Amino acid sequence: MEHGILLSGGADVDFMIHGIFRYSFFGHQVWITTSHVCILIVMLILIGFAVAANRCMAKATEVPGGFQNVVELIVEKLDGMVNVSMEQSAPKFYNYIGTVFIFILFSNISGLLGLRPPTADYGVTLPLALITFTLIHVNKWKYQKPMTIWEDICSPLPKWLPIWAPINLVSIIAVPISLSLRLFANVLSGTAMMALLYGLLGWAATAWPAVLHVYFDLFSGAIQTYVFCMLTMTYISNEIGDGVRH
Amino acid sequence: MDFNENFILGCSAIGAGLAVIAGIGPGVGQGIAAGHAAAAVGRNPGAQSQIRTMMLLGQAVAETTGLYGLLVAILLLFVKPLLP
Repeated sequence: MEHGILLSGGADVDFMIHGIFRYSFFGHQVWITTSHVCILIVMLILIGFAVAANRCMAKATEVPGGFQNVVELIVEKLDGMVNVSMEQSAPKFYNYIGTVFIFILFSNISGLLGLRPPTADYGVTLPLALITFTLIHVNKWKYQKPMTIWEDICSPLPKWLPIWAPINLVSIIAVPISLSLRLFANVLSGTAMMALLYGLLGWAATAWPAVLHVYFDLFSGAIQTYVFCMLTMTYISNEIGDGVRH
Repeated sequence: MDFNENFILGCSAIGAGLAVIAGIGPGVGQGIAAGHAAAAVGRNPGAQSQIRTMMLLGQAVAETTGLYGLLVAILLLFVKPLLP
């Protein structure tokens, strides 16, 4: 492949997404891009890990050892994170938040493997934010009365005077956009800077960019993963409130 | 009026440079957050880990506005939306 998936390709600066081949889908021209390949690699790694973890937990022992320790630690930490911010409604969201956390984290740090991180593609982060948006509104209609929702939309003015409603609607629409753009722009800026650095250094870029990889891929990636999950949980638990259905 | 391609590209580059001035805001904001976090640790050293988590979360959210500017700059430079 001439323009590979690998970030540090050649001498020229290149951190864009490239089409690999195209096909026709009900009359639309659809491209399979390098992002798809990267996301596939990330997914294969995660599926491999999940199968190994499942095998390991099937013959779990009372006193954990080796790999079982690692798996239990991951699950405990993720569940603890959900517990802290969602309290009594946490058990329903263990699976979703845990899955999203692991997926985004692996996507962000896949720059260490030389891949272009899949989250540096807006087509990956927007669906994630849209899932959050759907969850927010499903839970809103589940746990709040329609009259309360209307009052929220009209606030701070009384409910018979919906002058502020358009502004509040804009702030509702802005949630998924800002969630997805935050993740996307953070990872993209890291990717762009690494590509510029590799383009600048050429053959000399063998060892020392590791420092910047640690910052852009590991630190920034982990922080943004945490922020995405934390904001998702905060928005949802705001809508759930005390957890009593109307 | 029509301008030639190089003029538009040059103006795009100037626009990209102006767009990343947005980085001033988050810089100030993150500095304030870090300063207050340092003060909070000084008052209550026991809560250090919680304060650190909250500071990083707030800083990452504050960073968003700067990243919007960066995004505009990247779009202007690499996607070139103004070219006819």
